[in-house]
Amino acid sequence: MLADAALVAGKDLRLEARSRVLLNQVAPFSILVLVLFAFALDVEGDTLEVATPGLYWVTVLLSALLAVQRSSAVEAADSNHDALRLAGLDPAGIFLGKAAAVAVQLLVLEVLLLGGVALLYGTEVTGVALLVATAVLATTGVAAAGTLYGVLAAGLRVRETLLPLLLLPVVAPVLIAATSAFELALGGRSGEGWAWCGLLGVFALVYTAFGVLAFGALLEES
Amino acid sequence: MTTVTTEPTRGVDVDDAPRSTGSPATRALGAVVLALVGLLVLLGLVTSPAERVQGEAVRLFYVHVPTSTVMFLAVGVAALGSIVVLWKGSVFWDLVAAASAEIAVVLTGLSLVTGMLWGRPTWGVYWVWDARLTSTALLFILLLGYQAVRALPADRTTRARRCAVAALITSLNVPIVHYSVDWWRSLHQPATISTLDPKIDDAMLVAFAVGMATYLLGYLWLLIHRFRVGWLEEQVADLGLGDALAERRAEGLADAGGAP
Repeated sequence: MLADAALVAGKDLRLEARSRVLLNQVAPFSILVLVLFAFALDVEGDTLEVATPGLYWVTVLLSALLAVQRSSAVEAADSNHDALRLAGLDPAGIFLGKAAAVAVQLLVLEVLLLGGVALLYGTEVTGVALLVATAVLATTGVAAAGTLYGVLAAGLRVRETLLPLLLLPVVAPVLIAATSAFELALGGRSGEGWAWCGLLGVFALVYTAFGVLAFGALLEES
Repeated sequence: MTTVTTEPTRGVDVDDAPRSTGSPATRALGAVVLALVGLLVLLGLVTSPAERVQGEAVRLFYVHVPTSTVMFLAVGVAALGSIVVLWKGSVFWDLVAAASAEIAVVLTGLSLVTGMLWGRPTWGVYWVWDARLTSTALLFILLLGYQAVRALPADRTTRARRCAVAALITSLNVPIVHYSVDWWRSLHQPATISTLDPKIDDAMLVAFAVGMATYLLGYLWLLIHRFRVGWLEEQVADLGLGDALAERRAEGLADAGGAP
């Protein structure tokens, strides 16, 4: 299963390395969202700095929608899902591989965004250990839930409108927990933030486990 | 020259088609629910006293609490049915889960409305970012997502699997959302004060119990009927498919016969 996962993740990341869709389109988009937030909110006061954790994670979730859509779109074309299964890959491995690839891409994006908020919003980066742990756990959860829903919506005519409706309410707890943890880390109170990491860990675990169990059933259909 | 023989169209005998989804048992159940609704109105609005702290607003509890409780039951039944669908591929449980999820949408909506109506006199505003209100609102949207998945064009097995996964994700999310929202709020403001008096008046307790019974049996009644409608829809879909197949086959035979 893990070998299959590594294969699929490698394939998706190689695809990204060659097509650079995430780097050339999604990354600029997420920076643009940061700029739009600055237009919408007051840039003179400290509104932006105070709101940084929330704005940061909303931006990550919006970008995650695009990343998930991209990840499932490459499989939906030419019924690649069937090809993957015919290649004898374990459905659980396919799920883990695709989720891992999405997670890696999102993590790269998050590093970029953190630089963005530090630069644009004047946010001082503190509590790095908590920030990293939060980002890794939150991203794992979002990637797992996103990959599940991505394959469900793949190949449908309504996928662009359906995916946000399905995914965003599910990842709402991630937004709450990751924002709170970031607030504490950036506020210099990292010690209190680890409990939120626990919640993110539970979320990531639940959706990864569920995906491993249920992905096969979703693949069989398409 | 060819005589086209098609199978006689099956089952569209209008006289055989069911006239309603009712049966003696469900009619009796429906009558009981109606009587209970009448009793609940009487108990909730007339005989039970106003509460000391909340005043008349307490009467909303006789419908709000049963709505929310049965809402969780409906989501639970949908999740249970979905597990069986993924495990055994059962059509029966797929329809039960779908029926229950649909009722859950209505109950969640009602729970939100009655909760907000209760919040207005109690908190002074319709909406506060209270843990329960917020997580119910998210549940409502998740259930709407389930309905959207249900409405996607797909064959029966595909739809059943997709819906089962969506229902399970929704129900997995219920405790996580509740816990996280609760925690999120408790950090910012003290938890909402429990406004129910510990010593509940007997008349209130009776009204409350009748409310629970009304909603539970009402849910059951709706579930049975919605299930039966779903079952008939499946049969009609089958019929349509059978007829279409027969027609295409007849056309094919006619074409083959008519060609030189």
